[in-house]
Amino acid sequence: MTSFILKRLAIAVPTILLLIVFSFLLMNAAPGSPFATERGVPPEVLANLEAKYGLDKSLFDRMGIYIWNVVTQFDFGPSFKFKDRTVNDLIAQGFPVTLTYGTWSFVVAVLVGGTLGILAAVFHNSWLDYLAVGVSIGAQVLPNFVMAPILVLIFTLWLGWLPGGGWQGGQWQYLVMPVIALSTSYMASIARITRSSMLEVLNAGFIRTARAKGLPMRRVVLRHALKPALLPVISYLGPAFVGMITGSVLIDVFFSTGGIGQFFVNSALARDYSVIMGITILIGTLTVLFNLLVDVVYAWIDPKIRY
Amino acid sequence: MSHAATPETAGQSRTVRGRSLWQDAWRRFFANRAAVASLVILLLVLLFALFGQHLAQWNNEEIDWAMLGNISEVGGPSLENGHYFGVDDTGRDLFARTVQGTRVSLAVGIVGALISVVVGTAWGAVAGYVGGRTDTVMMRIVDLMMSIPYMFVLILLLVVFNRSIVMLFVGVGLISWLDMARIARGQTLSIKNKEFVEAAIATGVSTPRIITRHIVPNLLGIVIVYATLLVPSMIIFESFISFLGLGVQEPSTSWGALINGGADNLRNGTPWMLGFPLAFFIVSLFAFFFIGDGLRDALDPKDR
Repeated sequence: MTSFILKRLAIAVPTILLLIVFSFLLMNAAPGSPFATERGVPPEVLANLEAKYGLDKSLFDRMGIYIWNVVTQFDFGPSFKFKDRTVNDLIAQGFPVTLTYGTWSFVVAVLVGGTLGILAAVFHNSWLDYLAVGVSIGAQVLPNFVMAPILVLIFTLWLGWLPGGGWQGGQWQYLVMPVIALSTSYMASIARITRSSMLEVLNAGFIRTARAKGLPMRRVVLRHALKPALLPVISYLGPAFVGMITGSVLIDVFFSTGGIGQFFVNSALARDYSVIMGITILIGTLTVLFNLLVDVVYAWIDPKIRY
Repeated sequence: MSHAATPETAGQSRTVRGRSLWQDAWRRFFANRAAVASLVILLLVLLFALFGQHLAQWNNEEIDWAMLGNISEVGGPSLENGHYFGVDDTGRDLFARTVQGTRVSLAVGIVGALISVVVGTAWGAVAGYVGGRTDTVMMRIVDLMMSIPYMFVLILLLVVFNRSIVMLFVGVGLISWLDMARIARGQTLSIKNKEFVEAAIATGVSTPRIITRHIVPNLLGIVIVYATLLVPSMIIFESFISFLGLGVQEPSTSWGALINGGADNLRNGTPWMLGFPLAFFIVSLFAFFFIGDGLRDALDPKDR
């Protein structure tokens, strides 16, 4: 097991480094200086600014320093647009927000989707099954940017039950719509995957044996069928995580929740390269680590995988 | 679904004609009502995108000054003033805008699917057929690219190289082929040891020719199915970026940008700005999914 984890780490670490190098080079390929304004800056002021931000050094040196700071101290440098704040300040401010509703969305998607899928398979061809299939087909065409305005239309403008945006320290009223908007399409996918793999498992020989010896259905499902049926779901968690973290950008923008996505888009519109890069690297690292975790959990649960 | 003709029909026509795999698939597809209905709907959407501007009374960039300032009351859909879908918040005709957005969105979806078909199939077929170290390296590259949150990288690309429709196509092209490469490789692995490939090797056919003449044609069924299912995900992808305002730029538009415009104006009492683009988006995506499902039932031998 240890060697398996080490082997996966040996792939994960270069991936992250490659991402850092790639974003750094890309940022340097960008035309124009971050300090260029319409009126122009006097040359001596520009020289001072460049010295302050280390832009007077060679590309190679700067890349080395950047990577060193990122890797050893998680220091993404100063923001070019928010004058007195570093990228780390922005991340520290936004990340807890994103993490809060992101975790909720993930839990909701897995629990609701998984339960729906299992029930649909166990009560195959019942109204519950049709409901689950209907929901999962419908939700395919309801990505977060479609869900969000529809939810606001219904719950804020028509019913007036929930606030249409904001965060307020994460009170539940402010959490409901972001979580629903973000989790719906993944919940549907998880329900679909769980249903089909559960159906397959329930037709397997060992389940027939379990039922033949007189075990109640509940016990057959929970003790015998659940574990093998969840394997495909686990391998879907990686893509789901990437999708949700990407979706969080939209949630932040649409609901003004103040997570890192909002900083990301504002920086993208304002060409604040260091913030864009910092967030891209942070998200990339999280994704790679999460995929690593999924791989390890998968290998741990599935005895067929050799490591 | 028997291939042998019954004695009666053979007697009548003398020559017994076999049905090819594709003819069978064709028949199965047209027996699927949801898929055929979706195909009709999609053709209508396509016609709307291609010829819609001839039906429009207004140009997509023209501002109807008579509407400005009072859009929530007089800007709604109306047959009299020629704004069939109403006007948007700046007084432009939403019908013409929707035509334009439909074009861009469909184009992104189709281009993404085409790139995935060409690049993904070639990549997967080569990796799967050649095998060994080549396979490992090629698939490792795919794994690597898949483990990166590409949306962030794409936005980085769009920021650095200016936002443009070309850049958007490049970005879509960069990621769309990854899944296809995996699928094509898997399928290649399952057919590369079949007798007809062995026969080709035995008669001295070169490797590139085996891949193009024997492997790729046998991948087509599964490739077509997944390409159809890729179109909606590419459309969703582009719409997501455009919704954030980082995709297509004014005066160009897409479904995502139009939905964003509608969502931004929810509180201004112009529900048609959200309703019409959203309806087009949802109906077309549904159609694509049902066609994909129909094609899978018709072409994928696994699910039969």
